[in-house]
Amino acid sequence: MRESTIMKIHYGTALAAIALVAVHILMRLTQGFAESLEYESVLANYRFIPYAAMLELILILLAVHGFNGLRVILLELKQGRTYEKAVSYGCLVAMIALIAYGSRTIIMTNMGMV
Amino acid sequence: MAQVSGISDEQTSTPMSSNTILLRISRFNPEHDDSSQFMEFTVPYERWTTVLEAILDVKKRFDHSVAVRYSCRQATCGSCGMMINGKPRLACFTKISELNSNVVTVEPMNNFPIIRDLAVKFERLFNTHQKIKPYLIRDDSELESDEKEFLQSPEEVEQYIQFANCIKCGLCNSACPTMATDSSFVGPQALAQAYRYVADSRDKGKDSRLKIIDDSHGIWRCHFAGSCSQVCPKGVDPAMGIQLLRGYLLGFRS
Amino acid sequence: MTRDEHKEGIKGMINPSRYGIERFAYWLMRLTGLGLLAYFIGHIYETSNILRGQVGWNEFLELTQTTEGHAILAIVIAMCVFHTVNGIRVMLGHGGIGVGKPSRPDYPYDPASQNYRHKIGIYSAIVLAAIAMMYGLAVMFGE
Repeated sequence: MRESTIMKIHYGTALAAIALVAVHILMRLTQGFAESLEYESVLANYRFIPYAAMLELILILLAVHGFNGLRVILLELKQGRTYEKAVSYGCLVAMIALIAYGSRTIIMTNMGMV
Repeated sequence: MAQVSGISDEQTSTPMSSNTILLRISRFNPEHDDSSQFMEFTVPYERWTTVLEAILDVKKRFDHSVAVRYSCRQATCGSCGMMINGKPRLACFTKISELNSNVVTVEPMNNFPIIRDLAVKFERLFNTHQKIKPYLIRDDSELESDEKEFLQSPEEVEQYIQFANCIKCGLCNSACPTMATDSSFVGPQALAQAYRYVADSRDKGKDSRLKIIDDSHGIWRCHFAGSCSQVCPKGVDPAMGIQLLRGYLLGFRS
Repeated sequence: MTRDEHKEGIKGMINPSRYGIERFAYWLMRLTGLGLLAYFIGHIYETSNILRGQVGWNEFLELTQTTEGHAILAIVIAMCVFHTVNGIRVMLGHGGIGVGKPSRPDYPYDPASQNYRHKIGIYSAIVLAAIAMMYGLAVMFGE
């Protein structure tokens, strides 16, 4: 993939994440911070499909943005063919692993498998 | 009269007067030194004395072996770039009186391999400069055309003339935070020059240049820290050129 | 870093003292980015405790709902706000917006790209981050 395409994704995920994370934080504040973290309240959030879908989207957006940011920093710190490949693939694998792990929580909770 | 102290000495024995400074010159020869050391000289100066003149005074009176590259002495050739009190500057363009310090420390520019003492290698800068095709690209040429010149309006000249002031002194590359760690980065000098040609109405090589800089160590490794523009002695403002150039890749400009 | 290249290295890259507020913002942007990624990974792990049922969730909540936990969350809020506001500034700059127009430079060659608009953007990011952190602390410790 061309670097310009990767960076357009980087900017796009950032902008989309700002809007969705703002909603996520507002949900904590409108319910009352401590109350919103109570088990029943969190469970209700996860079981409400639009909210669960939003969490899944935030997970993907931030994982893509965060691990690409890490890739950029690591690529600038050290150079070399093997190192750069390891960084790029390493970040990709870490990103997929984090999305998979987070999705497992969202999907299982949403489907009532708790 | 200037006085010299030994390589490892921290202080000179001569007390400072209002019109002398302690000039600390980094000495390093990669062929036989493990690390650089500072040699200290007490040199007189006037309000108009430049750092280069002080170094040349040291060469003339005390140690001719101090290696320094210079030529025009008027900020035109771009030869005498060095770290002066921690910042990249042209030695011929920096007056001692402007530094507001009794101690002036000169070191070779960062991010450039050292030849000896204050002289550094410019191969990488010239290579990256060459890489972005720093010339007008078009299918026709002056020789083949009936017209003798490619005419431009003053407004069209204004688009790139600022960036044509680059003297390839390398100060921007020395100040750049990405250059500090990234050996493959194209660098602000070359990127600003890429914009200089892309913005030139006579040039038709935009696509090929954008392709060259759209690389994992190309334009995207600039994070708009702006240090390059702050040290440029000719007002080129590489940071502006780079962001305007990036505008083409992001679709803000066509 | 190799000695041959005489690169300034990480120390030079992160040194914010020599080149003004823009270089400081660059350094802070990286630091907050790394901090937020670390928090994000921790947050994904933290919330996965919901799968352990009510007991598991409450156990983990007890660990995080402490003074230290709240202080860390307040820092995360500040990092998030700074990274967002400064990120928008940088993104606009990357598109060539607010970086000035090319013109014949005049001595003393003040760079147009390092203008007040961007400086205001950086200071706003810092101030908003501080306000958000205080609000976060008020919400978390006020209850």
